[in-house]
Amino acid sequence: MKKKCDKCNRPATHHAIEIINGKKVETHLCDFHAAEEGMTASGHTPINELLTNFVKINSGVEDAKPPDLACETCGLTFSDFREKSLLGCADCYRSFEKPLSPMIERAQEGATHHVGKVPARAGASPHRQVQLTRMRKRLDDAVMNEDYELAAQLRDEIGQLEGPE
Amino acid sequence: MSGLREITDRAGEWLRGRGPHADVVISSRIRYARNLAGYPFVNRANPRQHEDVRDRCREHIVSKRLATDVIWVDLNQSPALDRQLLVERHLISRQHANPKNTIPRAVAIDADETWAVMVNEEDHMRIQVLRSGMQLAEAFDQIERLDNVLEEKIDFAYSRRFGYLTGCPTNVGTGLRVSVMMHLPALVLTGEIEKVKRAARDMHLAIRGLFGEGSENLGDLFQVSNQTTLGRSESEILDDFQRTIVPQIIDYEHKAREALIDQRPNQLDDRVYRAWGTLTHARTINTEEVLQLLSHVRLGVNLGRLDLPQVNTRTLNELFLLTQPAHLQRVVGSEMEPAERRIARANLIRKRLGAH
Repeated sequence: MKKKCDKCNRPATHHAIEIINGKKVETHLCDFHAAEEGMTASGHTPINELLTNFVKINSGVEDAKPPDLACETCGLTFSDFREKSLLGCADCYRSFEKPLSPMIERAQEGATHHVGKVPARAGASPHRQVQLTRMRKRLDDAVMNEDYELAAQLRDEIGQLEGPE
Repeated sequence: MSGLREITDRAGEWLRGRGPHADVVISSRIRYARNLAGYPFVNRANPRQHEDVRDRCREHIVSKRLATDVIWVDLNQSPALDRQLLVERHLISRQHANPKNTIPRAVAIDADETWAVMVNEEDHMRIQVLRSGMQLAEAFDQIERLDNVLEEKIDFAYSRRFGYLTGCPTNVGTGLRVSVMMHLPALVLTGEIEKVKRAARDMHLAIRGLFGEGSENLGDLFQVSNQTTLGRSESEILDDFQRTIVPQIIDYEHKAREALIDQRPNQLDDRVYRAWGTLTHARTINTEEVLQLLSHVRLGVNLGRLDLPQVNTRTLNELFLLTQPAHLQRVVGSEMEPAERRIARANLIRKRLGAH
């Protein structure tokens, strides 16, 4: 079931769950009220707006109602991205590759691939990055559901996957 | 660890008025956008993950490996005036200072103020290096050292195809933004600045004012920066600025200055001396007017039209900063209403310029 904004009738797009003194406090807000409450980073640069416009133009021309993609790792939908021009995690670049690639190409003077620095650290395989992000999400779900046994297990697994620093 | 107060008593590194081409180039700035692998980006992380990212960044940035003395400012705890000071010094963005922003966030500043890292701004880390004058090569060497040291211990989000992965795809690839702050009063006076702006846009460069968007033409100061971060290497992007973009704009400004001296010397001196007269006699003055007048006096000093022992580029650069609202209140030592600030500002300027 879709939650409504705590402050108006619009659908909530921003959700926060905090544990305060052992009690679960949920906040659900729409884009407008989330911005008002500072739940979202506001004040994009016009470059972001430029990109937003690219997306809007693209989606309007190519397909009137594109199916809303969602990132398998962080759950961000493509329309969330279209609203704010901000991606949710590293894996969004893979999840949204098809619609995103032409937009990046247009915003980056036709460039499609990175040329330049490669991180020295070999440990950061893309697979491991995605796995870690997903496990952290499961860990949060476990804490939220007060399943502390699972949470402890996940913490150990995350620790092992990260390896010694 | 030093405190914020110690650094704000001095002018920032980027305003010291030193370095090559300091008559036109105020400062050189380079930043890298980086995200920790295995965490959602700032936009999508929950408060617990934000705190986790912040604490991890702190552990790595404050370690002695980057600098012996690093100032860590928790922006959720710091007073509004401190946050405003950091914005005026270009150490954090306005978005990062915004009191409505409740994301657990911070900034780490090297005690010498040559670098700063914003934590949990649009990306987990925004590493930036600031130098006065045209010192892009030095700034680049320094940011590379910082990035390499951090990378020894941290996995950054990276893909082979897109390079360093960032919250906004307009920064993806190198995550590099080169930004050169230039003082272009002659191009403004001759009206040729519009041509320069158009040419810059054709080259996919952004031109912004002293404080970014919405501060265009303030004090005839312009920040020129790249908009493309993908498909060219860090050194290629940098080379463009060092070999073509900056020398060309410096050349345009110098030619415009020569033209003013040749064709309109009286109007030029009139501008310079009226500005000097107002600054040394005003009893109440706002920031915008100060920036404009300082700009003309700075031009007069650089061209040798105004030659006084108590005035040099450094004094003027410092006044650009110290007359800003938060700095003024810090210098005076108390919080003031805008009307009181205008009086205190005029007093400070007269004192610094040796007038009474």
